[in-house]
Amino acid sequence: MKIHEYQGKQVFARYGVPIPKGYPAFTVAEAGAAATKLAAETGSSVVVVKAQIHAGGRGKGGGVKVAKGGAKEAEELATRILGMQLVTHQTGPAGQKVKRLYIEQGLEIERELYLAALVDRDSRRIAFMASTEGGMEIEKVAAETPEKILTVFVDPIVGLSPFQSRQLAYSLGLEKHGKETVAGFAKLCASLYEMFVKEDCSMVEINPLIVTKQGGVMALDAKVTFDDNAEFRHPEWAALVDEAEEDAVELEAKAAGLNYVSLDGNVGCLVNGAGLAMATMDIIKHVGEKHGVAPANFLDVGGGANEEQVTKAFSMILKSPKVRAIFVNIFGGIMKCDVIANGVVAAAKNLGLKVPVIVRLEGTNVELGRKILNDSGLRIEAATTMFDGASKIVKAVGGAQ
Amino acid sequence: MSILVNKSTRIVVQGITGSAGSFHAKQCMEYGSQIVAGSTPGRGGTMFEGKVPVFNTLSHAVRETNANTSMIFVPPPGAADAILEAFDAGVALVVCITEGIPVSDMLRVRRVLDTLKGKTRLIGPNCPGIITPGECKIGIMPGHIHKTGNIGVVSRSGTLTYEAVGQLTSLGVGQSTCIGIGGDPVAGMDFVDVLELFQADPNTHGVIMIGEIGGGAEARGADYIKAHMTKPVAGFIAGATAPAGKRMGHAGAIISGGGDTAAAKIKKLESCGIRVAPTPSDMASTLMAMMKK
Repeated sequence: MKIHEYQGKQVFARYGVPIPKGYPAFTVAEAGAAATKLAAETGSSVVVVKAQIHAGGRGKGGGVKVAKGGAKEAEELATRILGMQLVTHQTGPAGQKVKRLYIEQGLEIERELYLAALVDRDSRRIAFMASTEGGMEIEKVAAETPEKILTVFVDPIVGLSPFQSRQLAYSLGLEKHGKETVAGFAKLCASLYEMFVKEDCSMVEINPLIVTKQGGVMALDAKVTFDDNAEFRHPEWAALVDEAEEDAVELEAKAAGLNYVSLDGNVGCLVNGAGLAMATMDIIKHVGEKHGVAPANFLDVGGGANEEQVTKAFSMILKSPKVRAIFVNIFGGIMKCDVIANGVVAAAKNLGLKVPVIVRLEGTNVELGRKILNDSGLRIEAATTMFDGASKIVKAVGGAQ
Repeated sequence: MSILVNKSTRIVVQGITGSAGSFHAKQCMEYGSQIVAGSTPGRGGTMFEGKVPVFNTLSHAVRETNANTSMIFVPPPGAADAILEAFDAGVALVVCITEGIPVSDMLRVRRVLDTLKGKTRLIGPNCPGIITPGECKIGIMPGHIHKTGNIGVVSRSGTLTYEAVGQLTSLGVGQSTCIGIGGDPVAGMDFVDVLELFQADPNTHGVIMIGEIGGGAEARGADYIKAHMTKPVAGFIAGATAPAGKRMGHAGAIISGGGDTAAAKIKKLESCGIRVAPTPSDMASTLMAMMKK
């Protein structure tokens, strides 16, 4: 689960990770008021107006602007940025509409650095990565100049040791800004580690981490991602969700206990199991690519879904306007084929079947499942294997053209 | 022969009185697995299905019944603790089916597991379990699709394992042991750990290895195969059509940059002598074509 920069910085503040002063703003008037307040608090009229969307690369896309002329200029910038479709390398060509701003004090920056903490699956440790190349895309730094990134791995039982923070600090050359800068950085790393573990983060990226002209160390950005699996022990996360950032269908699916990801294609997929669901998408594309046939979604109904959840899942696919055919691919283990069949039939009878449906059933209660589909009177075509199903799907979509 | 489990494996079920635990414990018993005990705090002294004693703690269950393998169905908030309890009780194998354990919990579990130096092995979490056809089923896979034989199957996905097994069985080819290592980013046995056992098992003549996007486990498996395996290995990697940065169901199935896309993994596998099935419908036939030569 991703949250906005201003929300991430509120978490930073709770753990003592230093941040510039700033206030969120949802309207132009709030942006002006925030700028006035910051000027009073800091004695400087320079503020930064920052678009709040989950994607990175906001500055390059025109979503981050400096206002040197106080509240009036901040309001002018807010008028331009609020409501814009912000396009970055992470949003895709359609961009993301800006609905929230963060107004932050302007600072005199000496250096821009990069710091991130993440779960490194290969070492099975939390890794801290630091680089002198702040403000750059870290993927690019990793590919072109990997020697500019230093990584330390944290033993989960020992925690982040001060010597590890010092290793990072000296690799960044922080000693040339003074002893306080090295110490400030080490303290920031310790706070960040405590936050990472207690808040169940899966990734925290600070790009840039800045050294101010005065030698202070601060997080100028905050990209925080939480571990979805830990949601059960963080009821406070619910208030941090921004529905405007999420795909509406994915949210609806999540509420129904289904794993759903929207894609660009034209074939709806209903599958049990994440691996089989991915493999189903793959085979549709493999067989259908040169005919313009591709998956419209990833959908794993899981192993323990009941008939209502299957009905819900199938209804969601049926309602999608881009879907020209539906592939139901089930290898029943815990999931019983008759439960799937009943759910499909219930949704189809409720909403009507306007597109061809190909069903491939295997596993537990397969005969009963096939009988339910056969007796339903619905126009459902059976497939014997995944390949047979994908071939029939391509034919069905081609025939509808 | 087989790997890790056989007809003499003595199983204790952690979370045996929950809905998933009781349902699957029964299914495993019907398959012929020896379920010798269960454990649920507060339910000690009762009997499961009238014949399996339930204990409050796992160490008590192991002491009384000589169980050597644990199967875990404890829900996510208590699952990591259940795994640690199994390590403490000294069983040789822990199979954790539970899906949705926080990764920070698993980092600590994994750290403890590494100190055990092979005394206890962990399969999963978020996995279908392990089966040696005709002898022992520990997990949630449909037993009836399996057949006794000589092909090992190892996979990060549950249903895709069933798909491979179904294909093998329909060709009349049986399996020695099938293992789902699970879809989480931090877990127990890796491809390499399982491949080592298949290579050493005289009853396993060939292997199907099924991976997916995310992480470096497949690449490490491929390096091991190239360096150490004399048996044919066919592979499949799911997620060629998955968009970067999106979690595809499994917590671990997310492209996070570097060499963890399906295309990069397929290239790596092929460069190490693994024949990769062009579609998920061809997993068994790809291996069989290698074994005919």
